[in-house]
Amino acid sequence: MPIEVLMPALSPTMEKGNLAKWHKKEGDAVKSGDVIAEIETDKATMEVEAVDEGTLGKILVPEGTNDVAVNTPIAMILAEGEDAATLKDGGAPARPQKAAESAPPARAEQPAPAVNRAPAPPIAPVAAAPEPQRQPEPEVPEGTEMVTMTVREALRDAMAEEMRRDDTVFVIGEEVAEYQGAYKVTQGLLQEFGARRVIDTPITEHGFTGLGIGAAFAGLKPIVEFMTFNFAMQAMDQLINSAAKTRYMSGGQMGVSVVFRGPNGPAARVAAQHSQDFSAWYSHIPGLKVVAPYSAADAKGLLKSAIRDPNPVIFLENEILYGQSFPVPKLDDYVVPLGKARIARAGTDVTIVAWSMSMTYALKAADELAKDGINAEVIDLRTLKPMDTASIIESVKKTGRVVTVEEGWRQSGVGAEIAASVTEHAFDWLDAPVTRVSGKDVPMPYAANLEKLALPSVAEVVAAAKAVCYR
Amino acid sequence: MAVASNKSAAQPAAVRRADAEQAAEAPDFNQEQELRAYRNMLLIRRFEEKAGQLYGMGLIGGFCHLYIGQEAVVVGMQMAIKEGDAVITGYRDHGHMLACGMDPKGVMAELTGRRGGYSKGKGGSMHMFSVEKGFYGGHGIVGAQVPLGTGLSFANRYRGNDNVSLTYLGDGAANQGQVYESFNMAKLWKLPVIYIIENNQYGMGTSVARASATTNLSQRGRSFDIPGEQVDGMDIRAVKAAGDKAVKWCRDGNGPIILEMLTYRYRGHSMSDPAKYRPKEEVDKVRTEHDPIEQVRSRLLKKGFATEDSLKKIDAQVRAVVNEAAEFATNDAEPDAAELWTDVYAE
Repeated sequence: MPIEVLMPALSPTMEKGNLAKWHKKEGDAVKSGDVIAEIETDKATMEVEAVDEGTLGKILVPEGTNDVAVNTPIAMILAEGEDAATLKDGGAPARPQKAAESAPPARAEQPAPAVNRAPAPPIAPVAAAPEPQRQPEPEVPEGTEMVTMTVREALRDAMAEEMRRDDTVFVIGEEVAEYQGAYKVTQGLLQEFGARRVIDTPITEHGFTGLGIGAAFAGLKPIVEFMTFNFAMQAMDQLINSAAKTRYMSGGQMGVSVVFRGPNGPAARVAAQHSQDFSAWYSHIPGLKVVAPYSAADAKGLLKSAIRDPNPVIFLENEILYGQSFPVPKLDDYVVPLGKARIARAGTDVTIVAWSMSMTYALKAADELAKDGINAEVIDLRTLKPMDTASIIESVKKTGRVVTVEEGWRQSGVGAEIAASVTEHAFDWLDAPVTRVSGKDVPMPYAANLEKLALPSVAEVVAAAKAVCYR
Repeated sequence: MAVASNKSAAQPAAVRRADAEQAAEAPDFNQEQELRAYRNMLLIRRFEEKAGQLYGMGLIGGFCHLYIGQEAVVVGMQMAIKEGDAVITGYRDHGHMLACGMDPKGVMAELTGRRGGYSKGKGGSMHMFSVEKGFYGGHGIVGAQVPLGTGLSFANRYRGNDNVSLTYLGDGAANQGQVYESFNMAKLWKLPVIYIIENNQYGMGTSVARASATTNLSQRGRSFDIPGEQVDGMDIRAVKAAGDKAVKWCRDGNGPIILEMLTYRYRGHSMSDPAKYRPKEEVDKVRTEHDPIEQVRSRLLKKGFATEDSLKKIDAQVRAVVNEAAEFATNDAEPDAAELWTDVYAE
């Protein structure tokens, strides 16, 4: 039997990639370890090595093909004695090559780390707005054209727009310039703004965080990228003691206008040290603002606001959301104010409060609940500090029930804060205890099944919502 | 001006200087410079003595780190810089603020936690700032000011001006990791920053020899090819000369430079430090033989730049300034309760 060579995943979150180059041609002998092809994604380039010995019988996906889904067969290797002719005759275990171009990624074939938490992103533009409830911002004028873009592109556009309007804005961090961003969020910025304003740093979080804050002392407006917020722990002293407190300690004389941004929250299959949510940590600190967008429109509008804000802003992005597409208003200057939640889906029976990645659980759960006749209202918090408690309270007064959803740990989490606020301000309106769905209080395990258990799930949100509705 | 650069820094500065016998190399000050040095150092000395007194009276709380003994470092460096240059330091910062020209009343009132303090009473001894005077704090975490000061110099380079950043740190901070992260970036990007290591021989109660694998701290930039030299930090002429050279180095676009100022603090680490880790004789020896203010005073008299009487007049003026500051700081009201909630965020 000919052996299929499948499109490999370069990272746990990769769903498709480009076949950049074939190093072997049909008929070449290959042995284990030979580099047979190069594949690339928006994040990285990698060589594909043969695992088996034989002859490259047929190339199924020609070089230069973009968006090849992970696990798509890209070539056939013939074992000794097998004849290439059988392949050409179609006698092989034929797999339609075109499957790679438009079909959604075959998630089931992967060692899917957490199926429920990596929703298949809409591939075709028409599928970009799966939830009809996802309303454009109320501040967007009627009839505004919407363009579909990924969260990654929206973030990049926000930075580029702000850099065009203000020369004191610059981007600094690891791999932000030449490499175009470890997650390609800063793609193209070096080319447009040059090395003066798009600055690669050594791997030195504590140092470049302090340097960025010092530059802000002097009146510049740095955007400091953390490759991930896991590494920002190295810089925690600077973030809290230097960035958050200086305005207060100087009696208002000196401010720190700086954005710290990068992916936060559990990623897929990277285990405990690279997979955690810092929402609650930063939300605890007076002097910091904390933003955690879900949609591309919010990512763009909120990042623009954050850059203009005179305070230090922790801007928590999410690796899994980077590649997801959403409609974004096509406006010259689309800005979303910090500190305002958004009703992502209106409802009457239970309020589900979520933000960033946890919105994906909340929206799916709301769909499930609707099938059972429960009409859930989903609030996208968007900014965690200052928290728009008023919007939550207003919703609770309508529904009488609250479920919070977060990927972070339960104890002293953001959900705990929401529960306390609702209890303090809307106790008389509650018909059930505020219920939290959260990450489990364990370091993130590596094993796929355990990781899934450690994270919140749609099923847990559904169960919690039903419980508070006494259903 | 470079003194004893190959000698161990483990011993008190006074001992090393006696061995080196190079003090005469320091270029002379003219009359105006000597008088300015005298007055500005004396202001710091008297201010700090008064702060110690107010602390003893319970008017100043918390931590209070006095700069007595180290005055020549900051006053000398200040004589080497110009308008627009930035100064940043750690928590032993009162001297730096006064040298930058900040109002002694506002500094003292901050120490007593009053509304007229530089931070409205919300910062205290370790957290004061004056953007107007180019003073960027006042930082309470050992070493944290080093990347911040590197960032100030980054801003200068970004804006394309020729200003420099004087980033002060102590011998204790010289062992913090973020210092070396800063050195690396500063050299990599040729940032105009002067790292001034005020080696007063003790990081709190631990001598340099007990804390540092290599005690010539001026050479701590070697891995990054940052030049450095040891300077007699008790001789203001040596400090100014080293400062002039370092400032030129930075303004000429050569990147960072390190000056290790060999100095000595007479008082404990903070007010609550009984200073049992060093013999009293060590302190006395430095005070009697190498006091930075006495050195200037004796030169002023010897050169005929001043008389006992004219110096007494300066002494009286300085005392009056300090007394006025103390009086203000004692009588000024505490901040309004509403101030608790202001300045957390800018609107």
